[in-house]
This record gives sequence, C-alpha cells and structure tokens, in this order.
Amino acid sequence: MGVAIADGAYGGTAKAVPVEAYHEDVVRAFVVAAMFWGIAAFAAGVYIAFQLAFPDLNLGLEWTTFGRLRPLHTSAAIFAFGGSALIGSSLYVVQRTCRAPLFGGREWGWFIFFGYQLFIVMAATGYLLGITQGKEYAEPEWYVDLWLTIVWVVYLVVFVGTIMKRREPHIYVANWFYLAFILTIAVLHIVNNTALPVSLTGTKSYVAWAGVQDAMIQWWYGHNAVGFFLTAGFLGMMYYFIPKAAGRPVYSYRLSIIHFWALIFLYIWAGPHHLHYTALPDWTQTLGMVFSVILWMPSWGGMINGIMTLSGAWDKLRTDPSLRFSVTAVGFYGMSTFEGPVMSVKAVNGLSHYTDWTIGHVHSGALGWVAFICFGMIYYLVPVLWKKQRLYSARLVEWHFWTATVGIVFYITAMWVSGIMQGLMWRAYDEYGFLQYSFVETVQAMHPYYIIRGIGGLLFLTGAILMVINLIRTVRSAPALEPVTQAAAVAAE
Amino acid sequence: MHELLPLLKQLWLVWFLVLFLGIVFWAFRPSAKRRFEADAMIPLNDDPSPARNNR
Repeated sequence: MGVAIADGAYGGTAKAVPVEAYHEDVVRAFVVAAMFWGIAAFAAGVYIAFQLAFPDLNLGLEWTTFGRLRPLHTSAAIFAFGGSALIGSSLYVVQRTCRAPLFGGREWGWFIFFGYQLFIVMAATGYLLGITQGKEYAEPEWYVDLWLTIVWVVYLVVFVGTIMKRREPHIYVANWFYLAFILTIAVLHIVNNTALPVSLTGTKSYVAWAGVQDAMIQWWYGHNAVGFFLTAGFLGMMYYFIPKAAGRPVYSYRLSIIHFWALIFLYIWAGPHHLHYTALPDWTQTLGMVFSVILWMPSWGGMINGIMTLSGAWDKLRTDPSLRFSVTAVGFYGMSTFEGPVMSVKAVNGLSHYTDWTIGHVHSGALGWVAFICFGMIYYLVPVLWKKQRLYSARLVEWHFWTATVGIVFYITAMWVSGIMQGLMWRAYDEYGFLQYSFVETVQAMHPYYIIRGIGGLLFLTGAILMVINLIRTVRSAPALEPVTQAAAVAAE
Repeated sequence: MHELLPLLKQLWLVWFLVLFLGIVFWAFRPSAKRRFEADAMIPLNDDPSPARNNR
C-alpha cells in the first residue's frame, strides 16, 4: 500500500530508500471520514434549518426534535468533519515538514483514528437519546469526555513525538499552529468538563462549576474552541497547503511568527464577550470586548499573509480550482474576523445577541472559512495520497465552488436581514413604552428568511455531494502517477 | 521584595506586552532575515508534489 507502511524503512534496506516512508494510511482514513461526516453534518444542518421554517418536520418524535438534532449538527460539523480534517491533515503535515514518520508508528495512528471515530459515534447517539450536559459545544457526558481525553493525549504524544524526532532542524510554523490547537483543546476540554457522575453505571453527571463562574468557564472554553479548534488548527492547514498548492513560500514567514504569538496572547481573553449584560462583572465584559477588538489585527495579518502568498501566482486561481477554495476561505476568514470584533462591542452586541445575526456570523466562519479551507486541503491531498496525476474533473470542482459560494451568500445575507430585524423588533416600543411586537410576531417575520437560509444550506450540501462524487471517481479512475515516482514508491516498500 | 510581588503580579499585562515585543524583535531583527526565508521553504523542499506538476 504505497509508501505508507514501508516496513523496510525500519530494516536494513532503509539507507537505500530515497523516499521517506510516511504513514499515510491513517491520513487517508481521516480524509474519508471527514468527507463522510461533512455530508452528514451538512444534511443535518439543512434538515434543522427547514425544521425552523416548518415545525412539522420535528415529526412529533423526541429523537427528531430540533433540540436534539441541533447539537448533532454542530458536533458533526465541528468535531466530526472539522476534527477529522484537522487530525488527518496535521498527521500529514507534521510528517512532511519534520521529514520523519509518525512517532508510535501505524498502531498509534490507527488508535487515534478509531478512538476519535468512536468518540463521535458515542457523542452523536447520546444526543439523539437525550444524553447531554447541556453545555454548548461541550454536550457529551462524562464517559464520552473521559474517552476523548485518552484519545487526545495519545494524539498529543504522537504529534509531539514526531516533532521531537524530526530531521528538519526548524519546526515549520504550520506545526506551531497545529500544536497550539492540540494543547489548548486538551486544557479547555478537561477544565470545562470537570464533572461528578451520579453513578458509575449511569450517564448523568453534574458539572463541578456553578453560577457565573460556570458561565465564564463555559465561554472561556467556547470561544477558545473557536480560537484554537476552528482558527489555529485551520491556520496550520493554511500555512502548509496554500504555499504547497501555489508552489511558493508563504508571503512573510516573520509575519507568520507574529501572527502565531499575537493569536496565542490575545484569543484566550476574548471569551467574556459571549456574556455581555449578564451577571458577569462589568470589568470582565469590557476586558473581553477590548481583547476581541484587538484580535482583529493578528487575524487580518494572517489573512494578508495567506492571500499575498499568491502574489506573482494569481493566475493559478484560474487554473487550480482547489486553490480557489483555500484562498476564498482566507477571504471569509478576514470577513468573519472583522464581523466578530464588531459584534463583540457591547452596544452592537445589545442588538445582535440571541438573534440570527450570530448564527449568520458563525456560518460565514464555519462554511466560508473552515469548510472551504478543508475542501481546498482535501482536493489537494486526495490525488497526492492516492498517487493520482490529477483530480477526476476540474470542472466538477468549479461547480462545487460556485454552488457552495452562492449557498453561503444566501445563508449569511438571509441571517443578517433576519437577525437585525429580529433585534430591532424585540427592542421596539410604542409611545406609551409598551413593547410593540409580541415574540410570535418576530417569529412570523423571520419565516421567509428561514426558507432562504434552508435553500442556501441545500446548495452547500449539493456542492459537497459533487465533491464526494469527484473524489470517488478520482480514486477509482483517474490516471495513476507515471512510473518514475511509482518506482520510488515501490522501492520504499 | 515580598512587598513588591503583588505589585509586579498586577502588572501582568505589561510583562506580557514586553514578552510579545521581544518576540517581535526576535522575528524582525535583520540578521534573521535569511534564516526565516530558508525556513519558509520547508514545505516546498519536500519531495515535489507530483500531482501538481503533471497539470
């Protein structure tokens, strides 16, 4: 199986082997898993979007209500799709840029893969059965949390171990971002999920924290999950796959160092902006707001660094549709990291919080940045991993790109209009000081926008299905690499 | 010294800023220019990505 296993590399033939023997089987598995969970997450999202427009779709069954399907959708998108893409790509990038095969070998790699998939299945089935901690983005109960901790620590050991046995003196910046992601998620996960199970045979537990401290820890976790899972990890992806696809080094390596440290220093303080006008002390809210606004700078520094990598190679955007995904992703990253600081300002937050504006903001990040950078990575990686000359069809990628982009535009514009309208209706009062609208009137007013949003999601899902068809065709029928590199791959075995 | 400690602790923001400015200086000092340019080439010095070259 290609260069992945390469038992010979550990034997006497190692010196004769010109090509490094990397463990790529597990990367392939993660790429397939990412696509599978991606489709599942997008489909669940489309379904619950239409549930909000047409409540009959709840079907009158407890397992299919919005309340249970919503965490299924968010976890499938973030942890199953995003997580599989992150872990898989990080294991690929760390081997390539350190020029060393995975620490722990293929056994540990497979443990991470199957361990993580088991975590996803345990969490998802739990949601449908109503087993939840009720903490947003940290819904899995204590036994699932414990299992994830074990898997995650193994992942950390494998990643750090590979870095430690590297043959490249410098640790490339993509690995810094990936490592920050792994380490920080470990800390966040453990602290936020500290809980006491009611019994060792039951699913129910009580979180150790209480009151406003619990709220603060939850959003310290929640926002840093955004910062280190949905941002730092995918920036690692950006710093490897954009230079690779563009065939030129990152615009400024020094800027990437500043980008990294500025994000690390700032992100950890931004959580309180989720708790404006709550019982949280005022100074904490203001602190969170100030740090969120300052965060704009490193975010845009990183965006400029990613996009300017293409300077002198802009024509590739025309000929390489997968690179177009990565670069558009960075554009969306810039857009949502501008919108985020604006929304963190208390006066704006007073209007936007609890409305659909937040949902629109999240999705311009999740669809535009996270999913697009993953698509770019996968389109690049599949021909490389399966030793193909090229993708089955560049035209299909083009179709995917435009359906998905139009889908996102539908989604976020519908949510802007709906969210701002909702916020304004909630606060409108008449000349006597009475609220002008009842709650149900605001729900009624949002109905058309919910349908537009659902159509946008449907377009995005359609694009992803085109992608899966294209990738399956690539693996099955695209021409294999010419003999020269094939021979090197065979020699590695 | 022990009386000074609470004051120094309060100034954490200043210490972090100093640390960060140190990193900025470390990254942008002129003597490191060539070194970082070489580091940026790490992903590209890898075996050439065959999938792209055949386009």
